Amino acid sequence: MSQQGKSIEFWRWPENNWVNPDIDWKKGKFITAGVDVGSVSTQAVIIVDGEFYAFGNTRTGSNSPNSAKNGMDYSLEKTGLKLENIDYCIGTGYGRVNVPMAQQAITEISCHARGANFMYGPEVRTVMDMGGQDCKAINIDERGKVLNFMMNDKCAAGTGRGMEVFADLIHVPVWEIGPRSFQISKEPPSISTTCVVFAKSEVVGLLEQGVPENEIIAAYCSAMAHRIMELLKRLGVKEKFAITGGIAKNEGVVKRLEKELGIKTAEQAWHNPKYRKKNYPFDTQLAGAIGAALFGQSLLEIGKVKSVRKT
Amino acid sequence: MIVAGIDVGGQNVHVVIKEYGQILVKGAAPAGIKKAEATEALYDKVLKQASISRKDIERVVVTGSAAKRVSFANGFISDVAADARGVMRLFPNARTIIDVGAEEGRAIKVSSDGKVLDFAINDKCAAGTGTFVEAMSRALEVSVEEMSIIALDSTKSIPMNAQCAVFGESEVVSLIHQNISKSDIARAVMDAVAGRVGSIARIVGLEMDVVLIGGMAKNNGFVISLQKNIEMEVIVPDDPDYMGAIGAAEVALSGIFE
Repeated sequence: MSQQGKSIEFWRWPENNWVNPDIDWKKGKFITAGVDVGSVSTQAVIIVDGEFYAFGNTRTGSNSPNSAKNGMDYSLEKTGLKLENIDYCIGTGYGRVNVPMAQQAITEISCHARGANFMYGPEVRTVMDMGGQDCKAINIDERGKVLNFMMNDKCAAGTGRGMEVFADLIHVPVWEIGPRSFQISKEPPSISTTCVVFAKSEVVGLLEQGVPENEIIAAYCSAMAHRIMELLKRLGVKEKFAITGGIAKNEGVVKRLEKELGIKTAEQAWHNPKYRKKNYPFDTQLAGAIGAALFGQSLLEIGKVKSVRKT
Repeated sequence: MIVAGIDVGGQNVHVVIKEYGQILVKGAAPAGIKKAEATEALYDKVLKQASISRKDIERVVVTGSAAKRVSFANGFISDVAADARGVMRLFPNARTIIDVGAEEGRAIKVSSDGKVLDFAINDKCAAGTGTFVEAMSRALEVSVEEMSIIALDSTKSIPMNAQCAVFGESEVVSLIHQNISKSDIARAVMDAVAGRVGSIARIVGLEMDVVLIGGMAKNNGFVISLQKNIEMEVIVPDDPDYMGAIGAAEVALSGIFE
């Protein structure tokens, strides 16, 4: 699937999947899956007895059920597991009600909170999920429970989609935006328009004036950081502060946001030393799906739901 | 006395040359990226059409979002003041002016003696502007002009969920995939813009007569949607997109400006 990354679609980030070589799922008591069907990307995560086992990260297609199925298949690809072996599956994200293999749906706010708690540790108090078509700032407690949140899902400014539109416009692959935004002699003033559509004309104007490409990239990154900052200011940020979602991978935005906030974001590495030492892949886009799979695990453990495992 | 009124907007430049109460000549051109150059070129072209030279022009007053880039201006006036001035000259009974341009939407409340009482502007977001319709027309693969006409044939009202133009494009594509007719989609787009514009107008309060100006006033589909949204009849002048320039020319004639 990741072959498509070779085409000239600059927004198209690479898809990936992984399986944990240290776990034998056959010995597991509960195998749960979380499927996060976002507006732009779909992730499926498989958890075995509370341990991170496998994931698949794909792009969402035009139809939610198919996207969920693709994501799930991709996560199972290297495992030898079949869908029938899974005890419980929870759907989350924008398309959560259209996940055919899921037994129930939980909102992405709860799942991201829970996932960030698992990934970054119980000290996390504010989670910023920067998704494809929305962004949410969430305050959580030490167990990953949601205390309060703020959300923007009306406007593409400050979302992954906005960044993709920009990457396409400036003809720079989306994963190069971050590093290139620092290859500048001085920090330029940020893009002044909020709306992505207006920002497009502003960027065209800057290109026409001969402003170096990397400076324009820097200007766009700081505009995005500024936009996210406004949401965080309204909610109130507490440390540890973690960013999840695709934009978390863009250091051009993250570092500028840190500077504006005066707060460092949590290190992008597993809180669990076992995962950290073994160099397990850490992908900020997985938080929602991890949270969903963990909810499944807890529900089975306390006996609130029954396993649907067929074989 | 001959004067010039120029409106340098987000997308187009409009020039009006007036001699006392009468418009001698007018013209419009795309503003492009180099707005100052485009304005200068249009100004000279329009003057040439009327066989007059720059030195025959007593005063030049400029309005619009990029007004300050015009170096040969004698004075400037805000868009709101220019709109009010231009409209009140033609429609003294106007109490609410709605101006929907390419990159801005605004509503102005005016008193019977032409004073601006209140106004509200959206210049931050493409929803509720001509740019929104343009973006949707690209997704629909129909020109904006055609869209304004086919919207009138719509038989079904479909609400658009997306407010943002970026998300709206994907929504239009998915509506096409659902085999919704282009007429119904065009109307959904016009209704969406009318919804945004209507809520800006409600901020200042709607009062008859309502005059609609700006480039979007030429879009019949939008006019119908807006009338439905605000539940009032809307008056559209002959050259709705020239109103800012006409207002600027009026101000130039009066000689009172900053």
